[in-house]
Amino acid sequence: MIRLQDIRKVFNAGKANEFVAIDQVNLAIDSEMITVLKGPSGSGKTTMLSILGCMARPTAGRIMLREREITSLPERFLTGIRRATFGFIFQQLNLIKGISALENVMLPAYPDGEKRSLLQKRATDLLTLFNLAHKASAKIEWLSGGEMQRVAIARALINSPAVIVADEPTAHLDTKLSMEFMEIMQQLKREGKTILIASHDPIVHESSIIDRIVDMRDGRVVSPEIRS
Amino acid sequence: MGAFEKQRNIVDFTLSSLGRRKGKIISLGTVYTFVIFLLASVLFFTQAIKREAALLLQEAPEMTVQRLEAGRQGSIPKHYGDSIAAIRGVQSVRPRLWGYYYDSLSEATFTIMVNDELNEKPGEIIIGSAVKVRSAAGAENRVVRINDTFPFKTYDGSALLLKVKGILPLTSELEAADLILVSEKDYRTLFAVNNDHATDLVLRVRNTKELTTIATKIVQLHPDTRPVSREEILRTYEAIFDWRGGLIIVTMAGVLFAFIILAWDKATGLSAEEKREIGVLKAIGWETADILLMKFWEGVSVSILAFILGVFLAYLHVFVGSALLFEPVLKGWSVLYPDFRLTPHVDAYQLATLFFLTVIPYTVVTIIPSWRSATIDPDSVMRT
Repeated sequence: MIRLQDIRKVFNAGKANEFVAIDQVNLAIDSEMITVLKGPSGSGKTTMLSILGCMARPTAGRIMLREREITSLPERFLTGIRRATFGFIFQQLNLIKGISALENVMLPAYPDGEKRSLLQKRATDLLTLFNLAHKASAKIEWLSGGEMQRVAIARALINSPAVIVADEPTAHLDTKLSMEFMEIMQQLKREGKTILIASHDPIVHESSIIDRIVDMRDGRVVSPEIRS
Repeated sequence: MGAFEKQRNIVDFTLSSLGRRKGKIISLGTVYTFVIFLLASVLFFTQAIKREAALLLQEAPEMTVQRLEAGRQGSIPKHYGDSIAAIRGVQSVRPRLWGYYYDSLSEATFTIMVNDELNEKPGEIIIGSAVKVRSAAGAENRVVRINDTFPFKTYDGSALLLKVKGILPLTSELEAADLILVSEKDYRTLFAVNNDHATDLVLRVRNTKELTTIATKIVQLHPDTRPVSREEILRTYEAIFDWRGGLIIVTMAGVLFAFIILAWDKATGLSAEEKREIGVLKAIGWETADILLMKFWEGVSVSILAFILGVFLAYLHVFVGSALLFEPVLKGWSVLYPDFRLTPHVDAYQLATLFFLTVIPYTVVTIIPSWRSATIDPDSVMRT
């Protein structure tokens, strides 16, 4: 589904603090699988996830999405692709405080100009799916950690994306919530979603639902292991 | 439909964003409202007072002839009118008697004018709506009513008691507020003016294009006179009120600048929370243009609200509160002049100018820092 060819990402190029985050990476991500990027801090997992999710452009190399090259597309088109194809779950959740859980879920769909009543119904359905219908109008800061995490997942799903991208999703969760997260991912995989997770949490990469682990170190792919 | 729903969604989110930053929005809105209030007050005041002057002069004669005595206005012999009436183009000449009267009890100056209708009824007066009387030193000034007796002090110190027989209708307060109409006999008793003299002569002229020629002929006939046309008076009024409005703006400039700098600082500085929020929106699929649209609606809603509130308060200040804040500068002779309420009048063109000079720059100014933040890479939120 996504193919990276000779990807290199350099920060602060040409300056004294130049830093090569990703170097010579070739990787193909298959559809309807859960792929985990594993590695220590600074290994380039988050940068890889940003590039795979069309959030950042590589310094060199090519990105193919469904065999269409998207590397040099203007920002506007890239944003459109990102909004339609990817749903993001961030390490810090990045929910917007002061507005309701329902509004948080609806936010990624606002620029599409979908009829508000339809959008509201889809968002409510998602919250119902995660047992949060009764918290729809509650302000996000009033919710518990687990509820906030489920709102963040619901937000990632609002545009019905083909790919879910999660960066260290269990970093701030206890074991119970981490297991709950993995169960939801399994459910999404069954529904045909492609899932990309960057994590160094054993609960994630030792989980039986994982199809593939990409081991990273110093910006390079060490072993793209595929589980049977 | 999609474009409309998109705008609606973004406006909804903007409005809920405003609610989340109450402190900033309220302080900014207050400062903004105050600036609009000051500017709109000056605008309303100068416009209304100029209109008062124009109303006042609408019915005025085309030309007034004064006599100068050592460079100052003196009384004019009535017989000057005979020779002036003989000038071609002059329709009629009428001697006028008027002057100012300072009432030490109520501490106000009134305009006294002779009215022909009262000549048959000496001892009676008709007064303006703002004329007040104080019966004794230390007492409160009170509005004069019909059949009240108004005590005057004549030129030689003796008392002259005149009875109020009517109150003037309120067309232009500038004209009528401080006016007292008296009979010719009472006027001459009050000020000791000779029977063959008048304060000035007023002329009706058939064709206003001939005013300059007529004025030249009058000066040739009577070199000690000064003809003044209605247009000249109107221009003088306008110049004085424009100058006073400008003076207010200049004296307020320091305050206005301080407020504008504060508003600028508040409006342009994005907090860390706001920057983070912009990063999140970009990461979840908002384009730079969507972020700018959101900031545009934010600027528009704050400034329009402040504009409406500021204009409304200015209206109350000028037309209900008699421009309390800068009355001394704008009216000029406020110490001597009695109470005065302007007839409400708002010039849509000037209001539109004020709108475009405040709302548009503010909206642009709030968009610029957001544009800087909106162009950051969306992956920046992955690193925080």
